Amino acid sequence: MTLIDLANPTRFLNLTSRVLPWLAAATAILLLIGLYQAAMAPDDYQQGATVKIMFVHVPNAWLAMFVWGVMSVAALGTLVWRHPLADVAAKAAAPIGAAFTFLALVTGSLWGRPMWGTYWEWDARLTSVLILFLMYLGLIALWRAVEDPSRAARAAAVLTLVGALNLPIIKFSVDWWNTLHQPASVLRMGGSSLDRSFLIPLLVMAVAFSLLFVTLHLAAMRNEILRRRVRSLQMMQASRRSA
Amino acid sequence: MTALAALIRRDIRIALRVGGGALIGVLFFLTVVVLMPFAVGPDLALLTRLGPAILWLGALLASLLTLDRLFMADHEDGSLDLIVMSRTPLELTCAAKALAHWLAAGVPLILATPVLGLLLNLDATATAAVALTLLAGTPALTFTGMIGAALAVTLHRGGLLLAVLVLPLSIPVLIFGVAASQAAISGPLAFGTPFSILCALSLVSLVIGPFAAAASLRHGLD
Repeated sequence: MTLIDLANPTRFLNLTSRVLPWLAAATAILLLIGLYQAAMAPDDYQQGATVKIMFVHVPNAWLAMFVWGVMSVAALGTLVWRHPLADVAAKAAAPIGAAFTFLALVTGSLWGRPMWGTYWEWDARLTSVLILFLMYLGLIALWRAVEDPSRAARAAAVLTLVGALNLPIIKFSVDWWNTLHQPASVLRMGGSSLDRSFLIPLLVMAVAFSLLFVTLHLAAMRNEILRRRVRSLQMMQASRRSA
Repeated sequence: MTALAALIRRDIRIALRVGGGALIGVLFFLTVVVLMPFAVGPDLALLTRLGPAILWLGALLASLLTLDRLFMADHEDGSLDLIVMSRTPLELTCAAKALAHWLAAGVPLILATPVLGLLLNLDATATAAVALTLLAGTPALTFTGMIGAALAVTLHRGGLLLAVLVLPLSIPVLIFGVAASQAAISGPLAFGTPFSILCALSLVSLVIGPFAAAASLRHGLD
């Protein structure tokens, strides 16, 4: 079974229908373990119980960037190899990535309220995640602006790759911008070296969230394939009726 | 080479004549800057402090406004199809079109800066700094904006979408453009550091822009 075998949507649907229940079960089990461990983790001596937000916040932030990476690989698949599933993968990933980014922003904001005394701070890291969120929304808008999926796929692929080149530049310039304006930053992201009692639940949660993404992504890809089938059936029916 | 020169000459001529609309960008720039004192109040000291930011924001929005002219008119009358099919590499053609667009719509913005600086109570150094950073930075706005324009023209109704797609990409240019102007006016920082990064951004966009725009035209116009 190579990647090109999956170009057949029926084969892909068969494979995923077998894999998905196992993936969903593994995600649920790991999430339960991770949440239990996170609940049992000791309070931080400075931040108290609010440090537990980290176990949800950090995996979300990681996945927010990881999903753009997945979409970039899919965009290469669309433009270079013309793999038929690549644009399905890219389209299905965009709303999930936007959701992870949004959750990272919301959890970070809720964490920031007790810690920094404000919901929003024009901190470099927050700002670049916000820009990432805007770019996700722009990409989704691009997907929705075009009716023909394959035409939308190529436009979205170009934008995804340009975004992948631009995101490091934006990250770097926002860092530079912020350190210029507020040299003395009091923000502490839990310290650089995490204690083991925090690190292990965090890693479990990260793996659980990654599995959650894979599960949701495969399910969304199945939906997209089925949606396209319905669309072409409807078009066939409409053209037959008019003929 | 002659084909590219002819294309540049043609695009500039079309942009500057009746129906071209390149100078609408300058008018828009002027209007945005004139609106600012109504929003923040006629306090000259405050306007001096905000001046570079206002000018940069106005130039950014004005360059965005004219961007959809870059491919749209050629697409409507069919000449874009001929350009795509011609033997000249599409990347070079895109670069030439962007250069022509910058000369017709970007340079007037820079020329208008001294007048607008006067309105915002900027002194000579500040005005020169803003004009210089605009000269270095507006090519980046045009060349990254071209990607959005190319995407929009393949989507038939991408006018509003263009702004949403292009503006996040122009954040680095805005940051370093304003930072360099502020550094020249007051800042403790040397002018050279942000200014050379701004030039680097322009050079990078000179490379990325034509390739991405050509790719989206080639894939989108069939």
